[in-house]
Amino acid sequence: MTVQLEQHIDPKLIPILEGIHDPEIPVLSIMDMGVVRYAQMKENIAQIKITPTYSGCPAMDVIGDDIIDAFTKMNIKAEVSLVLAPAWTTDWITSRGRKALEAYGIAAPLSEEADKEALLGNKKIVKCTQCGSIQTKLVSQFGSTACKALFQCENCLEPFDYFKCLK
Amino acid sequence: MENENKIQYIYGIADNALILGQRLSELCGHGPNLETDIAMTNMALDLLGQTRSYYQYVAQLSGDEKTEDDIAFLRTERQYKNVLLVEQPNRHFGYVITRQFFYDVFHLLLLQELQNSSDETLSAIAKKGIKEVSYHQRFSSDWIKRLGDGTEESHQKVQEAINDLWRFTDELFHMTDDDDIAMQNNIGVNTIVLKEKYIQTIEGVFEEATLAIPETKWFQKGGKQGVHSEHMGYLLSDLQYMQRVYPNMKW
Repeated sequence: MTVQLEQHIDPKLIPILEGIHDPEIPVLSIMDMGVVRYAQMKENIAQIKITPTYSGCPAMDVIGDDIIDAFTKMNIKAEVSLVLAPAWTTDWITSRGRKALEAYGIAAPLSEEADKEALLGNKKIVKCTQCGSIQTKLVSQFGSTACKALFQCENCLEPFDYFKCLK
Repeated sequence: MENENKIQYIYGIADNALILGQRLSELCGHGPNLETDIAMTNMALDLLGQTRSYYQYVAQLSGDEKTEDDIAFLRTERQYKNVLLVEQPNRHFGYVITRQFFYDVFHLLLLQELQNSSDETLSAIAKKGIKEVSYHQRFSSDWIKRLGDGTEESHQKVQEAINDLWRFTDELFHMTDDDDIAMQNNIGVNTIVLKEKYIQTIEGVFEEATLAIPETKWFQKGGKQGVHSEHMGYLLSDLQYMQRVYPNMKW
């Protein structure tokens, strides 16, 4: 199964899914990331479909295993599959997720246009997660994981990650 | 369309991502500085991720016991259908960036067409890949400009890399029999029509970078038929070593 057009989640399964976190950004639950596209009980088996943030995201295999573990603990059998379309976008990160990112020290993604200006170094608009200054500069288009770019604050000099906008 | 044609068609796209991903992975820990090192391994990760999606689909189409790992690690050299460009070894940073740039420009044009494929899975993989590859192209174009319009030495080195690698670019647009069949079935892309846009894009970046496309009319091809350069065997021995020595081993 490659395509899952609409997000379709059984509300009863949400508490279990909210207990599972991105292994690389542990403050973010997989629900807040928006990677869960489908979760329904079928013949006593929880069918879960997740979509990768980036094609090669190594967290996906771990998330798949964590989902199965979490459901097994509740004595529910779970099956996890990957869907590719529609492709994940940073718009699917919830507002609670964005707040969690900022509190964790990762600047949340800007709008598509602002993101481009920031990553081309045209405008200073990415806010430092330490001191709140917008006097920040791009250090590298690629950061510690595929979804982030590396910035540095010129005010407090701290380096920090920026979650790139993906549309 | 026979499944076998479709599989061969997918290899023609996916093997490029695998082999270029492998070349970039070789640089992990060896980049000229930390930021470019991380950038190149990030791009490798994107490419290997895309490769996995294609190979998982091939495994499903094959309908036998084969897995994505068997496809990546257990084929023989002639069974890989990547172009000669992507298997060319890493030399200096300017060379790596030139190889990347020549492939990125093609890769993006290809995926922009492949997203209209009547095959749902290929279309989905392409749509996902476009977001990643646009970013790769931005990175490699920026570096081409910085090196070309940089110091005398960086300009000379990147121009030499261009002169050396340009002969592999024409193969990107070569249509194999499997490509023709895939195109006729609205699954595959007609790469011939991408060539004009390809040259335009490269000329645009080169102009800013004060670089030039070499005059040569001689081009080399063979990879798409499985006839590779001498570098491929060495690359595969690295890539396949673990699975050959410890069959079915897992991390």
